[in-house]
Amino acid sequence: MGDMSKNYRLNFLKEVEANVEEGEWVKMCMQCGVCSGSCPLGKFWNHPPQEIFMMIRAGKREEVLTSNAMWMCTSCYNCIVRCPRELPITHIMHGLAHYAKRLGLIPQQQPTAKFAQLFWNNLSNKGRVNELKLGVKLYFMNGIGEGFKTSLKMKDIGMGMMKTKRMNPLEIVGGHGLEDIKGFQAMLKKAQELEDQRIATPRP
Amino acid sequence: MMAVAATVETILVVGGGISGMTAALEAAETGKQVVLVEQRPYLGGRVTQLYKYFPKLCFPTCGLEINQRRTKQNPHLTVLTLAQVTGLTGAVGDYTATIKLAPRYVNERCTACGDCATAVETEFDDEYNYGLSKRKGAYLPYRMAHPARYVLDPAIIGTADAEKAKAACKYDAIDLEMREETLELRCGAVIWATGWQPYDAAKIQPYGYDRFANVITSVEFERLADVNGPTGGKIVRPSDGKEAKKIAFIQCAGSRDRNHLLHCSRICCMASMKQATYVIDAFAEQAEINIYYIDLRSIDRFEDFYTKVRANKNIKFIKSKPSSIVADKDGNPVVHGVDTEGYNRYAEPHDLVVLAVGMEPAVNQNDFPLALKINREGFIEAAPENGGVFAAGCAADALDVNRSAQHATGAALRAIQVINRVARAEV
Repeated sequence: MGDMSKNYRLNFLKEVEANVEEGEWVKMCMQCGVCSGSCPLGKFWNHPPQEIFMMIRAGKREEVLTSNAMWMCTSCYNCIVRCPRELPITHIMHGLAHYAKRLGLIPQQQPTAKFAQLFWNNLSNKGRVNELKLGVKLYFMNGIGEGFKTSLKMKDIGMGMMKTKRMNPLEIVGGHGLEDIKGFQAMLKKAQELEDQRIATPRP
Repeated sequence: MMAVAATVETILVVGGGISGMTAALEAAETGKQVVLVEQRPYLGGRVTQLYKYFPKLCFPTCGLEINQRRTKQNPHLTVLTLAQVTGLTGAVGDYTATIKLAPRYVNERCTACGDCATAVETEFDDEYNYGLSKRKGAYLPYRMAHPARYVLDPAIIGTADAEKAKAACKYDAIDLEMREETLELRCGAVIWATGWQPYDAAKIQPYGYDRFANVITSVEFERLADVNGPTGGKIVRPSDGKEAKKIAFIQCAGSRDRNHLLHCSRICCMASMKQATYVIDAFAEQAEINIYYIDLRSIDRFEDFYTKVRANKNIKFIKSKPSSIVADKDGNPVVHGVDTEGYNRYAEPHDLVVLAVGMEPAVNQNDFPLALKINREGFIEAAPENGGVFAAGCAADALDVNRSAQHATGAALRAIQVINRVARAEV
């Protein structure tokens, strides 16, 4: 028989329950598949939510945490609205993405993850989003060639935004921010400490 | 004024469907006095609207006929049709019920000859066929209706049609002066058998029941298949009358869904498999049936039926709760989803989609005339707090006909026990 019991230990399910936001809902999935069919981007994913939940229960840790699935979620909430068991599917997918990021298991060159990092770096710098810098960083995310190509393509929109005062070209140097940037940074540091502490404390 | 003799030794049965009829007959046949109150103009309830029973695929008309005969023969049973219980007060052993009787405008002299129906002109949606056909303003609710007596639609009263109906009647059976009556009667025990209604399919927004003509409910499909139904038994689709050979059945349409009905309605798996055999009977090799399901719940003796249906290569079972239905340019409903066995994305066009709608209690839980213990699904619990009120059939749970009849027999026994206690106390 071999050690078949190993297949049924549900270790990974327990790990997800302990570490992933809303992870305790995963066991409630009845595999009806309405979430997968309802996902507008579903066909671009490696694994639809229903499959991810089954994989978690089957203990496929590596495959789940390196999947691109949870990074493709656009938070449209179609799945949550239709789930007959009211699983917070969108939130679970985001929770899995967080956990994968924490473990450093994000798929290489995953654009959503890359953009999320760019956004966070931009925001946490001065406490305000600098849209000009963020836009430029996004265009040049995949190299200089593509960056120039995208910039040229978007030039008319950019000019229009400047004309209507929706974008200030001076933002590229410095840019606006909070008055008390030091205080803001201290707050973020404290929040990170609390989060690290929470993660380090085993749940009951 | 109608006179109904009733005492604290009388059993009141509310609802004359298969459960109420069974309970009333079982109690009356032990010699108890029973008053059976039915809201429709005839007895038999939703069973009269079924084409065939599962799993034997026999006709409900057979059992209904037996029950009708038992009803006619029993001297202890009083049947009130077009009647509704509007009030119920008292306690176990001594209740007073208020009953509202709607006028039929046709008296007992009616021979069901049908001359009145020929004479009148205005047509109405036929509720017996869920609005899939029309009926006249003077009508026999369905061909085997008991009492076998015509009814005038209240909407024609005061119009020329009413006078035409009266003039056409050779037996002086039409009485346009009939008015609504209210009567009060005493009883010692009450059997509550108000049954179920199909869940409102329009509430399941992604399936588009209210948007697509070719998305219908299982109860409507049952009427389509019936040789006495609106299409004479031809399985055709509503939009263009084309034969519906490729049909999708969508299970759990409303059931097992926290957005709709919490419970499993129990009958739908078997009902859809039964209806799949109608399609096979009609189109044989040309039939193409897809049954979309979460789990198939055909237990015990039903397993054999499932095995038989499963063996038919024209019937496919797809483990998936479809996510949505859209219509293509030809009006074909296209079923979208991802299946659980392989996670394959599908977009399958059909001639017709049948939603296997769930059973919900016919009486809203706020509308009971006295306080009863109701569970979160809206069904009546078997609880001591309910005193001498006993639920029977689908008022108590989602049940098939067989289990409803069993449950109703149990309820009859409970009521008989109460009456026996009352009788002993009086001696």
